Amino acid sequence: MATELGPTPVKPASGAAPVHHGPKGVGEDNKILSQGKWATWLLAPTIIALGIVIVYPIISAIVMSFQKDAGLDPVTGLFTAGGPAGIQNYVNWLGQQCAAQGGGTVACPPGTLGGQFWTATGTTFLFTVVTVAFETVLGFWMAMIMSRTFKGRGLVRAAVLVPWAIPTAVTAQLWLFMFDFNGIINKLFNVSILWTGSEWPAKWAVIIADTWKTTPFMALLILAGLQMIPAEVYEAAKVDGTTAWQRFRLITLPLVKPALMVAILFRTLDALRMFDLPYILTGGANNTTTLSILVINQIRQGFNSAAALSTITFIIIFLVAFIFVRFLGANVVEQSGATGKGKK
Amino acid sequence: MTTTAASTALRAEQDKGRKASQTREKWASARTYISAAVILVWCLAPAYWMVVTAFREVGFTYDTTPWPTHVTLDNFITAFDTSFGNRFGQALLNSIFIGVTVTVISLVIGVFAAYALARLNFRFKYLVLGFILGASMFPGVALITPLFQLFTNIGWMGSYQALIIPNISFVLPLTVYTLTSFFREMPWELEESARVDGCTQGQAFRKVIMPLAAPAIFTTAILAFISSWNEFLIASQLSNEATKPVTVAIASFAGAQPNQIPYTAIMAAGTIVTIPLVILVLVFQRKIVAGLTAGAVK
Repeated sequence: MATELGPTPVKPASGAAPVHHGPKGVGEDNKILSQGKWATWLLAPTIIALGIVIVYPIISAIVMSFQKDAGLDPVTGLFTAGGPAGIQNYVNWLGQQCAAQGGGTVACPPGTLGGQFWTATGTTFLFTVVTVAFETVLGFWMAMIMSRTFKGRGLVRAAVLVPWAIPTAVTAQLWLFMFDFNGIINKLFNVSILWTGSEWPAKWAVIIADTWKTTPFMALLILAGLQMIPAEVYEAAKVDGTTAWQRFRLITLPLVKPALMVAILFRTLDALRMFDLPYILTGGANNTTTLSILVINQIRQGFNSAAALSTITFIIIFLVAFIFVRFLGANVVEQSGATGKGKK
Repeated sequence: MTTTAASTALRAEQDKGRKASQTREKWASARTYISAAVILVWCLAPAYWMVVTAFREVGFTYDTTPWPTHVTLDNFITAFDTSFGNRFGQALLNSIFIGVTVTVISLVIGVFAAYALARLNFRFKYLVLGFILGASMFPGVALITPLFQLFTNIGWMGSYQALIIPNISFVLPLTVYTLTSFFREMPWELEESARVDGCTQGQAFRKVIMPLAAPAIFTTAILAFISSWNEFLIASQLSNEATKPVTVAIASFAGAQPNQIPYTAIMAAGTIVTIPLVILVLVFQRKIVAGLTAGAVK
């Protein structure tokens, strides 16, 4: 862990990107050396702590994922010894293969965890795409409203913090109650749907509850972006005789795009690891099992196999983040006041 | 002749335009209020329903009268009742203990890092910033498996430290980047003048910057505490009956009948867990919003 500290001269050019928010003082160059030393000491506790709580578990998860699970096989009931497994755990998950009697593997029977990998991946991406799309549209709309001046604006801005402040576990129980067969939602819309009883209602229940819970966060991020746009730009455009739609398309959208992309990135990464809400709301039943739920269910059936699955999940999230930063121009580090080697 | 007609027509057109724009403005303002009302209802109605149900008699759990009816405090007593195996009171204490410990540790460690990142010039600064931002987006499931095995092996399963240490993995990065962006906006000229007056950098930090930074640190502490308070995934796997926090307790709340979910008691428990947070958030609304969005825009 200590190797990650401060100014170790490995890649000379890595910090050479233009400095946007450096200290504004003058005559700083003679202090760089002493500042580097200072910085090392100040950063050391954080880097060491994160090394212990994040880097160490990640490395040991990767090491574990190349080991065989010892113990009784849950499917065959035979004792299997531990030892190195190569990439077998990964092959098993991706190919949905389970250990067969007498060695080798067979396609996992339906209902076992091993047979759920691709459906769980599909569900995770479905939840992510749909909830983030809803949250972006709704959040943008809310932010546009909240950026206007009207009486009671403070009240609205306070109100959007309420869903955000309620713990997800409580949110899940609350929506479970509202989605109950005798609950308020069926009464209100005069329908009789067993929301958690079959696939699509269950999925919609998760999507609606998640949208309710996290749209405020999106709205606030977009609002902060909107407020960075100077009012004069709009006034000038108005003088030039533009329509409201033109102003939205040609001023608001491009200027808010950096903040919007970061908000979408944050929410996407958060949605990809979704756990609490479906775990409590549906228990993962009716094809609402996300990758995170699958990992948790696997832990007690074999650490090493679970470690392989969690590594796959991690790689998926990492790839999505990479695509966002690389190809969609979501520059997180620049947005948060710096440049250079951001999330990769 | 034609020109006068044209100019009259033009004037009439302009008049019409002005009137139309006035009506349009009125409409726009009405639309804003309607939209604001829709946002209010969408955000508050579910929370309102939780509170209304929390105060309703068990027999009227599914009553859908929109205002409070059959009001009772029994559910709050039931929520703390331990006879069905719920230990909500203990869980509340656990959550407070875990949340405060995680917040204090993260702040004590993170405040130095944030100062360095906001204030000092050094190599690999952006690498460190990227690493910390990346860490805050880290999926909890990627940590849980090795920790589960490790804590089982060393007999820490269900202990408080097994719940506190993993929480640091997401609270500390959050603390560092929120504080960093708060620190960037502070009047650092004061530090310069303190140094001109003969303070060392350390003294300037303690005597000038710390008092100025107090509101930022307090806001960050609230955000850190909330994120620890809301944690569920890790606690649901690594805690036991005695150490489980409120989120886990509420998710597995048992009632008198095994196959009937005690919704009114759960809503009462949810209300108890939520109300302090909501009050805290509303009181410090401005600062909280600034802190929340600090990492993303600036």
